[in-house]
Amino acid sequence: MSDAVQQFHDRAQAKVDDVSHRKKIRWAIDTYEKAVLRGRARFADWEAARQRCYEIRWEAINHLDRYLEQFEENVSKRGGKVFWAADAEQACTYVAKLAEARGVKSIVKSKSMVCEEIHLNSVLESKGFKVWETDLGEYIVQLRKEPPYHIVTPAMHLSRADIAELFRKEIPEDVKGETHEELVAAARRALRRAFFSAEMGISGANFLVAETGMIALSTNEGNGRLCTSIPRIHVVVTGIEKIIARTQDLAVLWPVLAAAGTGQNLTAYSTLIGGPRSNREIDGPEEFHVVLLDNGRSKLLADTEQRDLLQCIRCGACLNACPVYRNIGGHAYATTYQGPIGSALTPNLRGLAEFQHLSYASSLCGNCSSVCPVKIDIAEHLLQNRRNAVNQGQRPRAEEIGMRLWRWTMMDERRFAIIGTMAKIVVRTFGALATYPLKPWSRKRELPEMPKASFRQMWRKHGRQQQR
Amino acid sequence: MTKLVTLFVPCFVDQLTPQVAMDMAAVLQRVGYDLHYPEEQTCCGQPAFNAGFWGEARQVAERFVRVFRSAEMVVCPSGSCTALVRHSYPELLAKTAMQDDALDLGKRVFEFSEFLVDVAGVTDVGACFPRSVTYHDSCHLLRELHIKEQPRKLLRNVRGLNFIEMNASEECCGFGGVFSVKFPEISGAMGDVKADNIVASGAEYITACDPSCLMQIDGILRRREAPIRTIHLSSILANTEGSTVS
Repeated sequence: MSDAVQQFHDRAQAKVDDVSHRKKIRWAIDTYEKAVLRGRARFADWEAARQRCYEIRWEAINHLDRYLEQFEENVSKRGGKVFWAADAEQACTYVAKLAEARGVKSIVKSKSMVCEEIHLNSVLESKGFKVWETDLGEYIVQLRKEPPYHIVTPAMHLSRADIAELFRKEIPEDVKGETHEELVAAARRALRRAFFSAEMGISGANFLVAETGMIALSTNEGNGRLCTSIPRIHVVVTGIEKIIARTQDLAVLWPVLAAAGTGQNLTAYSTLIGGPRSNREIDGPEEFHVVLLDNGRSKLLADTEQRDLLQCIRCGACLNACPVYRNIGGHAYATTYQGPIGSALTPNLRGLAEFQHLSYASSLCGNCSSVCPVKIDIAEHLLQNRRNAVNQGQRPRAEEIGMRLWRWTMMDERRFAIIGTMAKIVVRTFGALATYPLKPWSRKRELPEMPKASFRQMWRKHGRQQQR
Repeated sequence: MTKLVTLFVPCFVDQLTPQVAMDMAAVLQRVGYDLHYPEEQTCCGQPAFNAGFWGEARQVAERFVRVFRSAEMVVCPSGSCTALVRHSYPELLAKTAMQDDALDLGKRVFEFSEFLVDVAGVTDVGACFPRSVTYHDSCHLLRELHIKEQPRKLLRNVRGLNFIEMNASEECCGFGGVFSVKFPEISGAMGDVKADNIVASGAEYITACDPSCLMQIDGILRRREAPIRTIHLSSILANTEGSTVS
């Protein structure tokens, strides 16, 4: 077993054993699930809305080249600048150099998974910039020096008491009490100071609208608007796949994103931002930059079978729906994108060699596919990743031999019957503990009783009795 | 005129839970079908397909199509194996000489409860089972074959049966084939959640349409020494007045 796989097993085991952790996650996800069901019920026809979102995203992904150039042209017209980053290093370097050149000391950020993907914070901090996460959940995990636990709900794994303890330690002067309201107020006090002292604001983008060159942001705390309007420089860091063709596409994408992610009608703040402050405007940033990140995406785009993974709108619905995620939680994956979409996407973006185990760590229950609001058949992608790993000769030799033996057995019913009988005798004689692969089974479960006869034997006997 | 159905008995049912298929056969006969069991059958290919070994799976799937393609109607006591034939064969056998036969066969392979309710038009098979029973929605049955109401209709028409819905009946039991031994920690945790919900239902029996889910659930319940027993839908439906319930 490779190190990556063993480490995944170890983390999963640790989380599974942590009963209080599993309880917290289950409670949080159950709460979301109820809200999401209510949110979906508000649509006259949820399935039709999903279908429309699928069509919008699929069309956009299939014409990414055209729409991205149109987006760049429209951003440039209003005085914004687009930087095309082939990988994480180029993206981080661009932002860091820009901050240096403009004499920036302090940076406020609204939530962005792409920034997590490229580890932007650690690059900026290593160059001496002070970086503030301003989404409450992100702020909490930043104080804990942890990666986000969930792509939508970064601090899902923490209770109010955990957060109170953290704030008492990290921002004691701002904490006036430990109710939910008082804890939010404490973070608010700390973050207000950050907003008004930062020279640069960094945001992600939920969508990039090609026809207008605007970015669409969905946030719930208002921090997104503060990050993008108070500092004198606004930098958007986002993936190339976020493009949509038309502003009107948001009429269905925005409510569907909100319903699928959190069960809301719309997120509290739905914002379109188009560039730096114009001559006619009295506020807004002086500079507007959009960093468009590739980082493996165009390679995935070239794969006609799996490119629809790029349709993902990062709503988090598949994480909440996943029984694996519900039991091992977000950190066990040790990837930027967790849960089903992460297990399907990561091997494609960062290589099958190191991440294929994530595609195997699924019972293929298919709940992810059935909740995805843009109709990505995620479970199917997990299967395709597995097939690709096999075809590229990346599976253990023992497994390859085992599968060949399996095929040999199944290609002849007499062989199958004899081997089946022998296997049952072995299990009956030696018990489960002596018999691989039943040993891991027996850690948690009793073995089924081995019947004396197979169906085909019983059927023959039954037939003889009926003829008599 | 009696009609003929062909029995598709998945490999692990043949070897590990033969009574499930015997009971299915008994019910089908009771509602007026003649039965044919092609002895050449082995496996549909799902273990290799799910493991990513599509080359191996394809050969076994092609063999399956050869064995069953002349059958008019095929009935199977497993949602998962039925779903593989109907749902995944078109992809697995695409661009092979078998692709048309596979597509066609997929339309004639039915899961047992689906066959009874949707094809045979029977919701009362004359069964009697005076126990309280809860039902687990198996994943492929539910999400690929969209079978949810059929088994419930059948259960509600069983004499003496007290049907209890459990919490989160649609959540995976954690079996997932080889997943259960490759990732026993995750599979076991998922099974624990399922078992908690089953026990909380207060039912005496937990039933399902997939023997594989029941094997996982049974293994966990017995390890816990929980007083609740697993039983396949076909065995409930095979039970009639006068036969004893253990």
